Amino acid sequence: MLRTTGTRSAIWGAVWGAVMLGVVPLVVSPLGAQAPDRSSPPELGPAPTLSLPPISERTLANGLRVIYMPKHNVPLVQVNLVVKVGSVADPDNRPGLASMVAAMLDEGAGGRSALELAEEIDFLGASIRVSGGRHFITVALHAPVSKLEPALDLLADVVLRPTFADEELDRQRRQRLTTIMQWRDEPRAIARVIYDRTLYGERHPYGRQTMGTAQSMGAMSRDDLRQFHGRYFVSNNAAVVIVGDISERDAIFHLERVFGGWEAGAVPEHRFGEARQVRRRQVILVDKPGAAQSEIRIGRIGVARSTADYYPLLVMNTILGGSFASRLNQKLREEKQYTYGARSSFAFRLMAGPFTASAAVQTEVTDSALVEFMRELNAILEDVSDEEMTRARNFVALRFPSRFQAVSQIAGALENLFEYDLQPGYFNNFVQNVLSVTKEDVLRVARQHIDPERVAIIVVGDRSVIEDGVRALNLGPVRVLSVEDVLGPPPEVSGN
Amino acid sequence: MNRFVIVLATLAVWSGMASAQEKIAVPYTRFVLPNGLNVILHEDHTTALVSVNIWYNVGSGREKPGRTGFAHLFEHILFEGSENVPEGKFDEWLEAAGGNNNGSTNSDRTNYWENVPSNALELALFLESDRMGHLLGAMSPDKVDGQRDVVKNERRQSYENRPYGMAFLTLDSAMYAPDHPYSWPTIGSMEDLSAASFEDVVEFFRKYYVPSNASLSIAGDINPDETRRLVEHWFSDVAGGEGPAPIDAPVAFLRQEKRMVLEDRVQLPRIYMCWLTPPIYAPGDAEMDVVASVLARGKTSRLYRRLVYEMEIAQDVLAFQGSGSLSSQFCIISTARAGHELTEIESVIQEEIDRLAIEPPSAREVQRVVNQYEVSFLDRLERVGGFGGKGDQLNAYYTRTGNPDYFNEDLARYKAISPTDVRAAIQTFLHDRHVILSIVPRGKPELAAGKTTTD
Repeated sequence: MLRTTGTRSAIWGAVWGAVMLGVVPLVVSPLGAQAPDRSSPPELGPAPTLSLPPISERTLANGLRVIYMPKHNVPLVQVNLVVKVGSVADPDNRPGLASMVAAMLDEGAGGRSALELAEEIDFLGASIRVSGGRHFITVALHAPVSKLEPALDLLADVVLRPTFADEELDRQRRQRLTTIMQWRDEPRAIARVIYDRTLYGERHPYGRQTMGTAQSMGAMSRDDLRQFHGRYFVSNNAAVVIVGDISERDAIFHLERVFGGWEAGAVPEHRFGEARQVRRRQVILVDKPGAAQSEIRIGRIGVARSTADYYPLLVMNTILGGSFASRLNQKLREEKQYTYGARSSFAFRLMAGPFTASAAVQTEVTDSALVEFMRELNAILEDVSDEEMTRARNFVALRFPSRFQAVSQIAGALENLFEYDLQPGYFNNFVQNVLSVTKEDVLRVARQHIDPERVAIIVVGDRSVIEDGVRALNLGPVRVLSVEDVLGPPPEVSGN
Repeated sequence: MNRFVIVLATLAVWSGMASAQEKIAVPYTRFVLPNGLNVILHEDHTTALVSVNIWYNVGSGREKPGRTGFAHLFEHILFEGSENVPEGKFDEWLEAAGGNNNGSTNSDRTNYWENVPSNALELALFLESDRMGHLLGAMSPDKVDGQRDVVKNERRQSYENRPYGMAFLTLDSAMYAPDHPYSWPTIGSMEDLSAASFEDVVEFFRKYYVPSNASLSIAGDINPDETRRLVEHWFSDVAGGEGPAPIDAPVAFLRQEKRMVLEDRVQLPRIYMCWLTPPIYAPGDAEMDVVASVLARGKTSRLYRRLVYEMEIAQDVLAFQGSGSLSSQFCIISTARAGHELTEIESVIQEEIDRLAIEPPSAREVQRVVNQYEVSFLDRLERVGGFGGKGDQLNAYYTRTGNPDYFNEDLARYKAISPTDVRAAIQTFLHDRHVILSIVPRGKPELAAGKTTTD
């Protein structure tokens, strides 16, 4: 680990999968030994052509889907097992159950205690990471190829044979109650909780936190966990993505060995009514006395991953707030210096996730920052330049292959095929689909999905400094909340 | 063509586990331009991507009194355009080519990278050479002002408005005497950031941003001959100059235990215990990495198991060797659970340190840690660009050891460590002359660990 580092910018994340580029000879302009001509940037040759990586998909006899891609240059293998269940399946009286099931998978399994299991995985040089989200629980194994067999045995135990011991459940509960308690220290966590709740309401699964609440955590029993696991962890409700330095034959052989006996079952459907869209602009100010910055979130309900506007939205958002040179970042950071970074994003989920514009801004300029945010949200509806169009399309399309270097990245991308039911040609067509987005597409989706008159505006900051300025903007009704209003009273952590 | 070669050497048997010993090689060519710029090229055609990475051998350790934070501020300013790159175009042109970029600063060095599709290599070279050779004609007090405020917001976001965020700013000044280059934080103080001037930019650039004080590495989908020609072309008009003399730092040492307490807007108190340890790659540096892992990496590590798993008096525990070229710090950090005291946590940590100072860890414990390190070395070979990618690592190794492909030597340090080496490192370095910082909820100084002294 290195000493403390200051970094120019937070790294801009991408939100999608990846394709690989084929190898194309480098294009070189003829050069002499004379001083370089710096009057304009060098002309670029054509971008490397794209080719589909050999992804193969199959379904085992028990209904388990397998997605495989070879990656031979480093002796590593990534195996991501995805189960199609998440907090959307939480029973009404047990919010947080799916997340707890996920957290408990590797707290003892296959006759090994939590510590024994951890020790064996670590000793192999491998890691098993479990994540439980709103729609999927993913168990991700990363291992040196020389240790794949024993590592897969452990992965299968974690997925198929978790112990769900009472004392481990109690321990997890105390750990998580403490985490929830610590949210009140974190302006970003407070902003997330109130933003989700404001957009979706507490009855919608997107309006709640996947971890659940202090009360629901207390009510969970090991029987709840077992029942949930038994119901949803069935072979026909899951997929395995395997990427790395292994042949397809060996990959299938190993997966058959550990998952071939996994039983199928009937999986209950969970359905939700449409969440109610934000109908009028409103401001919620959460008081965080003494805060050096205000955390701002502005947005509304966006679109589902299945939207026909996926590619135009990627390009439009890149122009608005999806890259360093985007409008929001240029305006709020480079021009006004209100912040270290401003951005926007669409959360593409199975159901419509939020569209969010966000930044942490210096407390004293909170109102001015809101003005700039609103100005940019309106401006994107008016026009975009040809230069912006080209830049954004290229940024999204040509940067795509860089997302396909590490086995863990690749496996994460391939998961999307299963999770969002994407067509096999998805990766192959991605670049062309992005490059064919037109200015008309961008303006159309901006006008359709960004409605600055109907957004929720969340500000978590020092009320005594910012309230008057925010109210004077007349953005809509202003509601002032305390941290306690958002997160409830601090949970009691007891029992140890 | 593979980007590196795995040689299956011997089949070792350890604790009943068979493991193939793999030799890592990252082949490179290196040359130095007449103006003194060191260049490292590494070919890897796995992805049609090239990373241009540059290290300047200057960090916040070079800052003069009253200008803390300047090296990092300067890093920001370097993205604001140069004589042939108008303000804003650095990012716009790269994004239009499908590339991205970033930079970072620490006490020792400043690094920059651009990741681009392989057809845009020349653009990245143009941009890097222009700001290395043709910066000052485009510099203005306005640009300094602009990034000054951005950096101040970075300080607010990453330190002031983050729970426990002021810890390391406090620890730096507690660990090192005021004349030591590590005694001030890289992010700097608000006051010094306000004082930074246009003249400082000129002086800093002339002194430290000369080719002989930099190393350029290009990794990825390249043709080495053509790439060399391109580098020679774009960097040939960058004027040479003498680099700075090696940094002259006093020996870092702590005379005695130092206790400090900071109040913060947090729910739970947190303890930081930090020791001064050997610099990066010096004897003892890798040992302290292993000590950190034995103590706090994974559920079965000594401290996690006791503090978090068994006793449940702590929410988390972290240990790390923060390696620098002049000195390192070894720190153990742990957050108390509600109702538990830092004093109790400190005594358990001390107990576990004392235990390892008497009885070495088991062979399996050490092997477990080494196995994890082996895989982390493989992980670092997967990406050519970005922080920690191969291009960055080649420059890191070259700058610190003179050998860009130091991968095997680096890994060999860990593989050679025995349980008694771990014990010896603990006996030598984890003595009682250390800094103990308690961060406690506002108005509750009584929650600090042990007795506190005031400076």
